[in-house]
Amino acid sequence: MKIDVDKILAGDEKTVAKAISLVENSRGEAFDLLRELYLKTNLAYLLGVTGPPGGGKSTLVEKIVSRWVDSGEKVAVIAIDPSSEFSGGALLGDRIRMGKIATHPDVFIRSMATRGYLGGLNPAIFDTVLVLSAAGYERIVIETVGVGQNEIDIVSLADTTLVVTVPEAGDEIQSFKAGLMEAGDLFVLNKSDHATAHKMELILKQMIDLARSDDSGWKIPLIKTIATEEDGIGDLIEEIAAHKNYLEVSNLELDNKKKVMKNHLIHLLEEGLRNKYIEPLLKDKDFDHSVDEVIERKKDPYTQVSEWLSDFGEGV
Amino acid sequence: MSENIKVLIAKPGLDGHDRGAKVIARGLKEAGMEVVYTGLRQTTEQIVRAAVQEDVDVIGLSILSGAHSHLFPEIMKKLKDNGKDDVLVIAGGIIPDDDHAELKDLGIKGIFKPGTPINEIVEFIHQELDVA
Ligand code: B12
Ligand SMILES: Nc1nc2c(ncn2[C@@H]2O[C@H](COP(=O)(O)OP(=O)(O)O)[C@@H](O)[C@H]2O)c(=O)[nH]1
Ligand SMILES: [Mg+2]
Repeated sequence: MKIDVDKILAGDEKTVAKAISLVENSRGEAFDLLRELYLKTNLAYLLGVTGPPGGGKSTLVEKIVSRWVDSGEKVAVIAIDPSSEFSGGALLGDRIRMGKIATHPDVFIRSMATRGYLGGLNPAIFDTVLVLSAAGYERIVIETVGVGQNEIDIVSLADTTLVVTVPEAGDEIQSFKAGLMEAGDLFVLNKSDHATAHKMELILKQMIDLARSDDSGWKIPLIKTIATEEDGIGDLIEEIAAHKNYLEVSNLELDNKKKVMKNHLIHLLEEGLRNKYIEPLLKDKDFDHSVDEVIERKKDPYTQVSEWLSDFGEGV
Repeated sequence: MSENIKVLIAKPGLDGHDRGAKVIARGLKEAGMEVVYTGLRQTTEQIVRAAVQEDVDVIGLSILSGAHSHLFPEIMKKLKDNGKDDVLVIAGGIIPDDDHAELKDLGIKGIFKPGTPINEIVEFIHQELDVA
């Protein structure tokens, strides 16, 4: 499939959508395109939104995006949901809450499945960010369900990370990965119309104080919202803007971009090694034989792997 | 065609019956497909835009309101206008037999009635998309 770079740069929706599919499904074929786009593109500002399922992330995203487009920004949303381990399929339902922005000419929404990517973040997500940035989206929101390591990796892409919690998430919050608490730049207590909101607010304030005790100039805010009633959204928008501004003036923006690029390079390298060496090895009929030999103690696993590695070194 | 089939399940118009759409969405997920579900009361414009942006391989329209003869032609026309007529469109819900021919003429490839086993729908999609 041939993708017209100029059409992407001009923001043609159908071309952008096809390019993202290429990046997701036929990675080898996408690299020529990505190469060309990267040098022509400033990466967009990325807002990561994460938290437990049903917490109101999509509802909040709609309200945030709606305000941003009203003030003249072009905004894209990448809504990520988990793939089923059993079938490989996925139910991508975030658009249900985004009906109002879905037809706005300056909004592009793309749902993606995690596809159970081995070894960390699916590099297709960064590359999708690149395609959308090239297409002129100045701000990109990435929504993920905050449960596992994969999601923490995804939010680590973001310039600003919003952790969404709800009053009834008490126990879940306690079991949140420490990494997620640390990743949060802003915390939202959504559904604060619910009765136990006040109690949760106190718990959260304590946890936030414990989570990140750095000496940076950023004080993590806790914003109470009722997303369905657009309550607290103005405050939230202001706090996001304040964080964006803080990143710019403190030069942390550059640090973050470096960290993200370092990770992306590692992911691409892993992907390349896997495709070039490991996948062919797994398909080789000798592979099963090697497993048998190790099981039968004719060979130890360490010797086996070092033999493979030295074969790789010879470019086999 | 990639190995990951992406499907949009959409409910056009003011129809408030969403059980069937949810059953289908879940069934196709369990068959290994990536299913975008957009919820109730979608305008034809919302459906077409979602299909374009999500770059789906299949659109599944679920309708029990009786408004199919009015809404489906509009959707098919907008798909064409947006260059997204390379997609497989199927439908289900309460659609009287007498209307099937007219809808198939529009380019809707399969129409599935209440009680259709999900396997039949999965097989139909695989066949139409030419995947094993
Ligand atoms: C449950 C029900 C309701 C519930 C809906 C709850 C909900 N959230 O879904 C409630 C009580 C709210 C309701 C309300 C109404 N209903 Co009602 N309802 C039904 C009923 C009894 C069952 C529908 C159902 O859920 N079936 C179970 C699901 C799993 O089956 P399904 O939707 O047909 O889906 C299957 C297939 O059709 C197919 N399929 C469906 N979609 C898709 C999509 C794709 C892509 C594919 C491949 C396949 C596929 O696969 C599914 C699995 O086999 C039907 C009668 C009937 N026997 O169908 C009437 C029926 C649909 N309702 C009807 C009416 C008139 C109404 C009301 C207008 C009544 C009123 N006067 O207030 C309101 C309108 C509400 C609204 N806003 O739209 C009529 C519609 C008549 C018509 N189209 O000409 C029906 C047919 C009853 C009748 N015989 O008159 N209803
Ligand atoms: N009471 C209440 N319900 C909300 C609020 N925000 C979202 N919801 C509802 O919570 C449900 C899940 O919302 P959704 O945005 O899909 O959550 P997500 O899974 O985190 O993306 C929906 O039914 C929303 O309407 C809120 O502030 N208060
Ligand atoms: Mg969501």
